[in-house]
Amino acid sequence: MSRLIELKNVSKSFDDAAVLRHIDLYIRDKEFVTLLGPSGCGKTTTLRIIGGFETPDEGDVFFDGKKINDLPPYKRPVNTVFQKYALFPHLNVYENVAFSLRLAKLPEIEISKKVKEMLKIVNLEGFEKRDVERLSGGQQQRVAIARALVGNPKVLLLDEPLGALDLKLRKDMQVELKKIQQRLGITFVYVTHDQEEALPMSDTVVVMDNGVIQQIGTPEDIYNEPANAFVADFIGESNILDGIMHEDELVEFAGHTLHCVDSGFSKDEPVDVVIRPEDVDIVPAGTVPLSGTVDTVTFKGVHYEIIVDVDGFKWMIQTTDYAAPGTVVGLRIMPEEIHVMKKSKYSDLYGDYSTYFDGLDDGSKEEKTKDEK
Amino acid sequence: MKNKGASLTARLAAAPHIVWSVLFIAAPMLFVLYYAFTDKEGGFTLDNISQLGNASYLTIFMRSAAFAIVATAICLIVAYPLAYAISRATPKKQKIYLMLTMLPMWMNFLIRTYSIMAIIEDTGFINTLLTSMGLDPIHMINTDGSVIFGMVYNYLPYMVIPIYTVLSKLDTRLLEASQDLGCTPFWTFVRVVLPLSRSGVVSGITMVFVPSVSTFYISQKLGGSNFDLIGDTIERQFQTAYNYNLGAAMSLVLMVLILISMAVMNRYSDGEESVVV
Repeated sequence: MSRLIELKNVSKSFDDAAVLRHIDLYIRDKEFVTLLGPSGCGKTTTLRIIGGFETPDEGDVFFDGKKINDLPPYKRPVNTVFQKYALFPHLNVYENVAFSLRLAKLPEIEISKKVKEMLKIVNLEGFEKRDVERLSGGQQQRVAIARALVGNPKVLLLDEPLGALDLKLRKDMQVELKKIQQRLGITFVYVTHDQEEALPMSDTVVVMDNGVIQQIGTPEDIYNEPANAFVADFIGESNILDGIMHEDELVEFAGHTLHCVDSGFSKDEPVDVVIRPEDVDIVPAGTVPLSGTVDTVTFKGVHYEIIVDVDGFKWMIQTTDYAAPGTVVGLRIMPEEIHVMKKSKYSDLYGDYSTYFDGLDDGSKEEKTKDEK
Repeated sequence: MKNKGASLTARLAAAPHIVWSVLFIAAPMLFVLYYAFTDKEGGFTLDNISQLGNASYLTIFMRSAAFAIVATAICLIVAYPLAYAISRATPKKQKIYLMLTMLPMWMNFLIRTYSIMAIIEDTGFINTLLTSMGLDPIHMINTDGSVIFGMVYNYLPYMVIPIYTVLSKLDTRLLEASQDLGCTPFWTFVRVVLPLSRSGVVSGITMVFVPSVSTFYISQKLGGSNFDLIGDTIERQFQTAYNYNLGAAMSLVLMVLILISMAVMNRYSDGEESVVV
């Protein structure tokens, strides 16, 4: 697969505040790429640079090998689904979708055919004459997608397109978007702060924070092999502990030295150790080195979410086995489930659940206050 | 059935407005109607209305309409780019530009018109300047142009403000969407900005046209005795001819004409925001 879009060493500041710092990124043809990160991480600015609404202060943007830094948006073979849709309120559904076709001065029969086709793809047949402002959020969303796709763009840019929809609709649209992308065979660049949206849809996830790309990889890579504490915390739940890598495949954390499968660190190098909540098994105390006291138990349907206090550090564990609060339990962790990361500037910021409060967790991580940890 | 307490409070709150409306809107209207359809002895007649059909009055009506249309058109041509420029400036500059636009309105209307007189008179400011420079003076006052200039000068802010209001609320993402879909900035203006500012344009046209078509002061001061507008004719019926009945009939006809033109204008606005005068 060829590199369709490429950003080389791109930087951008607004009013002296750096929003993007030396971004290098390429997007392949027909790929579903998600730019993921908290608000202010630079993901939307990256998208707007690709769309042509912002010009990089530094660095270059290439499309199909050609530099397009100064190409205005109306000349780029790229269309955008805007946050909150930006539908034209003075035009009905049909005319909104036909907007770019009218500009191309296509004959009416052809326009009508294409608009109908596109409305069928987004499940809005029969809505042609409707006033866009009278549509529900989900329907407006579909009109915006149809409007952006009808002109056969090479790339579709989507800026938090599902943000305004309720959870159920969001899930349905995720599946539909992925289907549309595969059916039309075009490149999607998708911006979101919701990791639950990013993982199921994407071929590639680009995790960003503070104007810097933290990690690029498949959803599996990002989840299983996070590059640093930020990625580990942002994608899913993680227990992140200070550790020391004594030698290859031998790491000390939480007062014990355990076998792991990571290597390539220097002797006794301080590291971050990530253990996913679902990778810890609760076993009777004494059968394994690690043990702690059960703090709280929450029933989540598929599993229990148990907070276990191990010498003051609170672990989150997701398990189907119940353990009563106050009991002492053993924590069994298999070597391949211990993930060791190099120390980064994000170390010690994340990964302790001592201030964890279940009610705040709505799937998006944006509202979580990091400074409390 | 809604609870009566709330509706009673609502009625009480509306009471001053209702009293006001009856005293100062409904009652005068009834007087106009009464005078328009009666003769000097108070008997019913259609003479006042039918008199307006004669050629001299028709000419006056047509002239008033023509002047108002030209003045409104000039206001629109001047105001739209101005309003657009203001709406695209930074918020701080927007405030300053708006204030500059409104500034003349803080001055009394009569004084403003007198000042224009003083500037464009045959021996006024401009001509004094021209002669002192050895140039020939230009006759400006008491022409069609001077009256229309007076209308444009006095009513321009009424065109700028509603257009600015609509343009400043225009979502910039719509402009981006338009460009994203292939429109050059020019086509974005034609296909998005212009249609979305229509309600402001319609309001502006109404707010300039109505006072222009019924003005008498501007035409008296800047038009001299060369020609009459409908406003002058009405004024004369009350002030010098003491023919209240004919004056009322003229006012009534003018009002009906304005209402008809407003109804036509409203059809061109979105229907959501009707024109408020």
